[in-house]
Amino acid sequence: MKRTVLYDTHLSLGAKFAPFAGWEMPIQYPAGPIEEHRLVRRSVGLFDTCHMGRIRMQGPGAFQLLDKLLTARLKDLPVGFSRYSLILREDGGVLDDLFVYRLGEEDWFIVVNASNVEKDLAWFQKWASEEGSVQVEDLSSRLGMIALQGPRAIELLSRIAQAENPSLIENVSRPNIGPVRARAFGSEDLFSAQSREDGQDGKAAQGSWTPPERFGWCWVWIGRDGGGRERNSVNPGLEGGDKGRQPREGMRESTGTGRPAREGPREGAKATPGVRCLVGRTGYTGEDGVEIFPPWEDTPAVWNTILAGAKEEGIEAGPAGLAARDSLRFEPGFALYGHELSEDVTPVEASLLWACDLEKSFVGRDAVEKRKTEGPKEKLATFVMEERAVPRAGYPVADETGRTVGRVVTGLYAPTVDAFAGNAFILTDLAGIGKTIYIVVRGALKKARVVKRPLYKPAYRT
Amino acid sequence: MTYDPDVKYQKSHEWVRKEGTLFTVGISDYAQDSLGDVVFVELPAVGKVVQKGEAFGVVESVKAASDVYAPLSGTIVEVNGKLKEDPALVNKEPFGAGWFVKIQASNPSEYEELLSSTEYEAFVKGL
Repeated sequence: MKRTVLYDTHLSLGAKFAPFAGWEMPIQYPAGPIEEHRLVRRSVGLFDTCHMGRIRMQGPGAFQLLDKLLTARLKDLPVGFSRYSLILREDGGVLDDLFVYRLGEEDWFIVVNASNVEKDLAWFQKWASEEGSVQVEDLSSRLGMIALQGPRAIELLSRIAQAENPSLIENVSRPNIGPVRARAFGSEDLFSAQSREDGQDGKAAQGSWTPPERFGWCWVWIGRDGGGRERNSVNPGLEGGDKGRQPREGMRESTGTGRPAREGPREGAKATPGVRCLVGRTGYTGEDGVEIFPPWEDTPAVWNTILAGAKEEGIEAGPAGLAARDSLRFEPGFALYGHELSEDVTPVEASLLWACDLEKSFVGRDAVEKRKTEGPKEKLATFVMEERAVPRAGYPVADETGRTVGRVVTGLYAPTVDAFAGNAFILTDLAGIGKTIYIVVRGALKKARVVKRPLYKPAYRT
Repeated sequence: MTYDPDVKYQKSHEWVRKEGTLFTVGISDYAQDSLGDVVFVELPAVGKVVQKGEAFGVVESVKAASDVYAPLSGTIVEVNGKLKEDPALVNKEPFGAGWFVKIQASNPSEYEELLSSTEYEAFVKGL
């Protein structure tokens, strides 16, 4: 069983561990998953997501290759932004869902599910080897990953970090170091569109495709006088080409974007101690927040700086485990690979056509188009229990006669909406909003109702 | 971890408190801690006859659903209605307000066969 670089940190925080995709991960801390969930909704929670896969693809032709492999539109994704996407097999089955960050014109950073890293790497490498000029690099063991999520996440980050402004969007020779503001993440304030509906009521979305929202990213120095690290560090793997393998005390490096060598962060003439991290305005909780990619070995320092900073600034914050992460992603309607997504479903059944640009050509496109035209046999439906019972993944779904009409893929107690709820694949005719279904709980039929997604929409998005 | 010295236990982690001719049943602090946040408790109807070792209810935490086994044979005479509104009582006060059912024992000598607090604690530490 693999352990992340934060394992000892979790131990000292009193975490309970559980196996997840080959990793020994914190499932909860002493506060418990329900309180951790509520903490993220009301203030800030911190997640170890180091188990996820981090892949870089760069070189001439990288755009063209990824545009073919990813379902999302990439041509309108400038450097400095990221977007949610799927990768599909030729038959439309979902290989994985991911976030793709554009680091440079031909330089891309991809975050994939822990359970799929090997499969995805092999897939990308297979296609890249045909292309020839595109390098695929697994950065999973060189970069850490922390998700900082909640309505006060940006405020907290701004107190303990400085951003390189403007971000790479603007071609400046020497970035300033300035405060972390929403603007640092690009000129658009953009949040997840993942709960957007297409055809949940059984009708396929009509008309032309609207690109989903984009999320800005930028370089952020985390740490500050007294609160951070004594020395500066650069981010291995994410610097230009081989430069990332330079000794980390080196503060001058090429950016790989054709710009002159960059100097370290400056605040006047004084260097700010800290760790340089790629920070994306992304996350998977339905709250505002960021995902932070520090060098692997600096990840505990970043984690501790965040928690210590929160304490000093009087911002309520704490660690949150995988159990809370599951209920947090469920309420705003986000899919989890292995539950709502698998190679056995296409984006049509999973209501993820919004993540597929059918106006371009991509692997699996024709299969998706065909399935969309034919109409799917099953659809993903979100349900809320009307009789008190806890639905669980794997439970059958029945009609009132007891005939099996589907299966539960996520079932849980949803703390913010205070309901037992879940997602199920159900025969399309029975998947419409308002329909009554029954979840088979230990042999008994328990009444539930199909409801509109998302169950939870944070205030900032309305 | 607390072990209430005034109750007896069985290895499936239920406790029993003798109160006159009735026996109150719940789950141990160790059990609630292992389960994590309890979100639902399914209890039997009053009047149900149970056999020692029989699953009479289910406790559902965020993590999993677990059967609860009768430590004594007898008739369910009362169930803890408060768990319906506040299942977290099982986490907060496993030996108190988080009790599950009261049983009218048909064979009270079964109580004597249960583990003492020290025996149960030793058993748990060996797990």
